[in-house]
Amino acid sequence: MLLLAVRFEFKQAVEQSVTIGVESFGVTALTSFFTGMVLALQAGNTIDSIFGDPIFVGTIVTFSLIRELGPVLTSVVVSGRAGAAVTAQIGTMAVTEQIDALYTLGTNPIRYLVIPRMVGFVFTMPILTLFSNLFGVLGGYFVAVYALGVPGEIYMTDITSFMGAKDFMHGFIKSFAFAFMVGTVCCYKGISTRGGAEGVGKSTTGAVVTTMPF
Amino acid sequence: MIEIINLQKDFGEKKVLKKVNLKIEEGKVTCILGGSGSGKSTLIKCLIRLEDPTDGKIIVNGKDISRLKSEIKMAAIRRHFGYLFQEGALFDSMTVGENVTFGLKYLTNVPESDYPKIIKEKLALVGLTEDVAKLNPSELSGGMKKRVSLARVLAVNPKVILYDEPTTGLDPIMSDIISDLILDLKAKLGVTSVVITHDMHSAFKIADYIAFLYEGQILLYGTPEEFRKTDNPYVKQFVAGSSHGPIQMKLMKD
Ligand SMILES: Nc1ncnc2c1ncn2[C@@H]1O[C@H](COP(=O)(O)OP(=O)(O)OP(=O)(O)O)[C@@H](O)[C@H]1O
Ligand SMILES: [Mg+2]
Repeated sequence: MLLLAVRFEFKQAVEQSVTIGVESFGVTALTSFFTGMVLALQAGNTIDSIFGDPIFVGTIVTFSLIRELGPVLTSVVVSGRAGAAVTAQIGTMAVTEQIDALYTLGTNPIRYLVIPRMVGFVFTMPILTLFSNLFGVLGGYFVAVYALGVPGEIYMTDITSFMGAKDFMHGFIKSFAFAFMVGTVCCYKGISTRGGAEGVGKSTTGAVVTTMPF
Repeated sequence: MIEIINLQKDFGEKKVLKKVNLKIEEGKVTCILGGSGSGKSTLIKCLIRLEDPTDGKIIVNGKDISRLKSEIKMAAIRRHFGYLFQEGALFDSMTVGENVTFGLKYLTNVPESDYPKIIKEKLALVGLTEDVAKLNPSELSGGMKKRVSLARVLAVNPKVILYDEPTTGLDPIMSDIISDLILDLKAKLGVTSVVITHDMHSAFKIADYIAFLYEGQILLYGTPEEFRKTDNPYVKQFVAGSSHGPIQMKLMKD
């Protein structure tokens, strides 16, 4: 019976991963693409005015994205998109006694709702971050090549020079930490929702606002 | 048997249950009457710790569960209870059929291949056809939701069922069918029932004992016969459903 329960929740976890991933993918890609463009433009113009040549644009774009911006952008988008949806859904369940009903039917909200969603966040956020980096670098490429006149090959080699596995891991670990936080805050805010539809609204905004400063 | 001793429940400043003492006899139907907002739902929620009591004892099978901390131990107690929620509390992300069989995965060893049979059987008990199984809860009427919710409770065959207003929102004929169902469960399976109700007709039909909750205490406990004959003015007014009497006076004084 335990095995049955685990298998059942596994299904939930997969479902949640897909939902969270699909919900957030488009916005993450778009936001990252434009951020990469802006990064490249700014870095290019600044370097150009100092050195008279937009060198290392690729390095700067990639470096900022992979170490800092990628994980941050992704977690902001995910918390605003999938996180808010999670809080609203669990919150609605709380105010309509569906959470109580879970207890009376042999399970509990941690096992049935929170864990699958946590798995969903922790599993998808690093993948989304990876895509975010990719789209950001791509956005940077367009600006560098077509607006700043950096040769494409140079941009590409700039990306790999100075970038080590350490920087990559740095960003990767960050995205795990963010995923954990967004998941915890959004689920907690959902479960502790009280006070009808108004309460659901409050806890949903509350969840997004709480996760933003990180 | 379940025994509630000096149960107290506060919500912040608000003292909802002050000193409730009540015995729930095994294999019998106990009806709980009381005005709107008198704390009936709160009382049965405390019974399975969906609310934590502020003070007092709840003895289930000889053990006080009012202070039980372990979620695992509490789950072991809860598995013998069924709870019909006042608003149904159906899972809105699932179909009616999935709702009905939800508890089977966690509380029984019933194989998944038997689920369709159980859905059909339990829906029939509450007067619904199996066509309903494919619908979403949002496509149901209020009374249908209540009955699906009851089917979900019945599916796991609990020994004790706590009903929060099982007949509210149902037409008189359907109400009577549900009343019969509660009696049937008692007669055939020896199910213990605690029924919160405003439906006097149903209460007098099904109850072995009635408890009247007023101002955070059980004002009167007895058989339906004793309730009919009582000269307690509060109970008399409530049973008669009259707006004239001591309860009205109290309301106006507040
Ligand atoms: N979670 C809560 N927080 C604060 N107050 C609550 C909460 N739940 C219930 N109450 C209060 O406790 C009182 C009793 O509520 P309860 O739902 O138990 O009443 P009831 O007897 O079931 O009423 P009804 O017949 O209308 O269903 C009400 O005054 C209500 O305002
Ligand atoms: Mg109630």
